[in-house]
Order: sequence, then structure tokens, then C-alpha cells
Amino acid sequence: MNSRVFHIATNTFREAVRDRVLYNLIGFALLMSAAAVLVGQVSIQIERLVVINLGLTAVSLFGIVIAIFIGIGLVSKEIDKRTLYTVLSRPVRRWEFIAGKFFGLSGTLVVNTFFMAIGVFAALAYVSHHLVSSDIGVLVALYFIVLEFIIITALALFFSSFSTSIFSAIFAFWLFMIGSFAQDLRNFAAMAHGVTRWLATGAAYVVPNFSALNVITQVAHGEPVSSQLILLNTAYTLVYSIAVLSAAVLIFERRNLK
Amino acid sequence: MRAIEILGLEKVYNAGFWRKLSKRALQPLSLVVEEGEIFGFLGPNGAGKTTTLKILMGLVFPTAGSARILGMELDDPSMKTQIGFLPEQPYFYDHLTARELLHYYGQLSGIEAKQLSRKVETVLEQVKLSNSANVQLRKFSKGMLQRVGIAQAILHDPKVVFLDEPMSGLDPMGRREVRGLIEDLKARGKTVFFSTHILSDAEALCDRVGIIHQGELRGVGAVAELTAGVHGKVEIVWQGSIVPAGIRTMGAECRAAGETMRVVVPEENQDAALDALRREKLRLISVVPVRSSLEDYFVAQLGAPVKSEAISF
Repeated sequence: MNSRVFHIATNTFREAVRDRVLYNLIGFALLMSAAAVLVGQVSIQIERLVVINLGLTAVSLFGIVIAIFIGIGLVSKEIDKRTLYTVLSRPVRRWEFIAGKFFGLSGTLVVNTFFMAIGVFAALAYVSHHLVSSDIGVLVALYFIVLEFIIITALALFFSSFSTSIFSAIFAFWLFMIGSFAQDLRNFAAMAHGVTRWLATGAAYVVPNFSALNVITQVAHGEPVSSQLILLNTAYTLVYSIAVLSAAVLIFERRNLK
Repeated sequence: MRAIEILGLEKVYNAGFWRKLSKRALQPLSLVVEEGEIFGFLGPNGAGKTTTLKILMGLVFPTAGSARILGMELDDPSMKTQIGFLPEQPYFYDHLTARELLHYYGQLSGIEAKQLSRKVETVLEQVKLSNSANVQLRKFSKGMLQRVGIAQAILHDPKVVFLDEPMSGLDPMGRREVRGLIEDLKARGKTVFFSTHILSDAEALCDRVGIIHQGELRGVGAVAELTAGVHGKVEIVWQGSIVPAGIRTMGAECRAAGETMRVVVPEENQDAALDALRREKLRLISVVPVRSSLEDYFVAQLGAPVKSEAISF
């Protein structure tokens, strides 16, 4: 990573860390993990299921909220507040700015996930009294959640590069919702005919495939996650994020900063 | 070497829902600023000053024309290591302290780590913010933000400094300090290009000024030459409160100032006015040609019809 990208990423990370809203969201996520312990006690032998399900869902949901609400302002806020002017008047290329912002927020989300994961494992250790080998699946699920965050960060940054914060939030959230049902969209495309089939297939490949990254239920039931899926999801996230970021750079490179 | 060369720079914005309405923010603008000059870019609000600066900084892309800074193209990253920029009404990352902000900008400017701390402390001292260096910028006053803005613009010791309305929002003490900083930059051989609509600042600081109005450059010249022009009038001051009949008939407005009277008359009426004073045996105190001020020149250019070429002196 070149030094300017690194410094922009560090500043973005520092800004996120000093934002009090972030701590409130992490706090809520940890509360949900703790609440999972209570809910699990409603019925015997499903404590693990509930803790993993609820805990990982909380990590995913709150992380997505953080990714969207910080991500949508990464560029637009800097333009509105004119902090971007003094950055771009320096030997900083526009693509370096986008890349730095992306790595900064992604890094923030990885650190957040780490702390929220501690909450999930603490809750799991409390209900199970010890960790078992199938808990490695929880780590895989957390890794996939981080991959979700990376895609959403790229999308939020993409929208932020040309749109206002409110529209960026709407588009990013909308894409997250549709992407969560991407598999259903592909199934529908397979059953459709003619133009509908082409449109549905196109949409199914354009929207991010968050359904493939969601292994929470599988992991909660103790089922293993194949290494092939891990490799495929990693490659998919890399390719998709690079494509979205490239589009963001293309737009931002030609944007007049009024 | 020429510090800044602008050749036919033009900016047209497309407005409206279908982007069919065009708004010309900048007429073809050509301008040269030599190294070591303090150049004032004057104009009323909305004249095109900030648009010009933004084009030079690469924040806005011109519709036509070109520009070079220190002989380098506007998109050359190595050029950007040689320039500093203070935008109008600056706003910085309010989660950072002044020291952190300057460190960040120094890193982006490519200042080596071992020199950075020393340079940061030096500019903080220069802008008198050493005591507030660890305070978060969200707690800074407008004047303090302006000083931090100047600090970040000069931190990396650029050859050319661009300041957009540097006195904006400052109290008289703050303006004096900024003027001092600009003079200090000139003494160190820097080129300063600053935009303002406060003519007294330009008159006090600039070697040359350019006046822009409605996107068009109306005049460029050395301040001394622009203000040396004689109005074609003289001011006559005499003792007493009597206005001789000969002066009264000229229709000129006479004003009392303490124990004296003063009147401004056209040069060709000077002798007749002095004769009138002699006839009334009034004591003459002074006869002084009335000189143009920069404000007079500025107002005259704003009121002048659109020209195809700017006046140069």
C-alpha cells in the first residue's frame, strides 16, 4: 500500500474510532449477545443455537449499519465540508483518496468485528461451559461477515462518490436487502422466460450475493463450512469489491468538486 | 520562471434537470504571475475568483484553456509538492487536534518523518497556535481555524501559496497577523496568489492585482501604477468658513473641516478658484491633486462595459 493511501486509511480509522456513535452500536451488539444467553435459557439444549444465531446476526446487522452510515459520508461529507480541498491540493491522486477511505473503514470494521466476536465467544463459552471443535465454524461465519462488510463498504463508497448521503444510504441499504435474497433471485431467473429471464439474471449477478456469505444457520447447527466455499467467497468478494471501487474511482476522477 | 501561467481558462457549468442550461462561470482568462510576487485577485462575490483557484488546484476541470504552475501541468503530482492552498472559510477534520492535522497533511505532502515534527512545531509557532496544538479543532474559533489553515498551506515550504479570502471572518488583530504572515512569505521569496474583495488588504500587500467581474478579467496591473493616475481634479483647502462667490458658482460641494473649508474642483477651474480666494483675501492652506484609489479603479472596472481584452499596465 503506498504511503498516502496508508495515511488516509489511518486518518479514516482514527475518525471512526473517535466517533461516539460507533461505541453505541458496538454496545448494542454486545448487549444482543448477552441477551441471547437469556433467550437460550427459555428452552433446554438450544442455548448454543440461539447464542450463535442471535450473536452472529447482531454482529452482521450492526456492522452493516456502521458500514453504511460511515461509508456513505466518506466522500460526500468531505466534499460538503470542503476538507477534501486541502487533501487534493497535495500530491494525492483521487484514486489514492478512494483507496485510503476504503481501507480505513474496512480496517475499522475488522476491529469492530473482533470486539463483537469476543462478546459472541464469551456468551458461547458461558452457555456451553467450554468451546468445542465445531465452534471453528463461528470463526468462518465471522470471516464471511467481514467479507460482507468489505462489499458494503465498497458500495457505500461508490454511492458516496457521486450522490448525497441520504440517497447513498437508501441505495446501499436497498442493495444489501436484495443481495440477502440473491439466491432467490437466481432461482426466479432460472424459472423465468424471455426478457424477464435476461433481466432477472442480470440483476442476480449485479447485486452482491450476500446469501452465499450467510452461513449463520448452518454454523449454528454445527454443520461444517467447506474450504471450497471459503475460497470462492473470498475470490468473489475481491473481484466484486475491486469492480465497485474501480467504478467509484472512474466517477470520482471526473467529478467537479464545487 | 513564471510562477503561474493561465491561458484562456474557461469554465461553463451545465445546470438544470436535463443539464441544458449553461452558466458561464469563467470567460477565457489569461494571466501571468511572476515568481516572488504577491498577486491580489480581486472581485465581488460570485466574480469567478474561487472558480479560478479551484481549477488551479485540480478540484474543478476547465471547459477550455490551460494553466501551468512553476512550468508544470495542473495534474502533475510533483507540482503539488510545491504549492500550498488555503480554501475559503476552511473547515478541517474536527476530530483531530491542530498538531495531528498538521502531521497528517505533512505525511500527505511527503515530508520525511524525521523532519515532520520539527516543521509542525515551527509553523505552529509561526501562526501562534503552539499553546492550542493539542486542542481538537472542533473547539477552535474561526480565527484559529484560519491560522491552522495557513499553517497547513505553508507547512511543506511551498514555492507558491494560494489563499482564498484569507482575511475572511477575522477581526482586525487577526487580519493584521495574516497580513504579517503574507509579508513574511514574500520576504522569503515565495509567490502568493490571494483572492479577496477587501481592497485595503490588496492595496497594502500586493505588487500587482487583477480584477475579475462576472467571470471576466477586467484589468491587471501594478498597484502603484493603478493608483498613480490623477483624477483630473484638485482639492483646495482654505482657512475660515466663507465660501467665495466664484467657487459657489462652480457648483462644487464645499465641506467644513474644523476651522477650514475644502472643495474639489476640476483642474481647469483651479486658477479661477484660487483667484476667487485671493479676491476675498482668504488664506490658502493647500492645493492637492486628487489621486485614484484602488477602490476607484475597481469600481470603474466593474462598471465598464464588457471588453474583449483586459487592460494591462
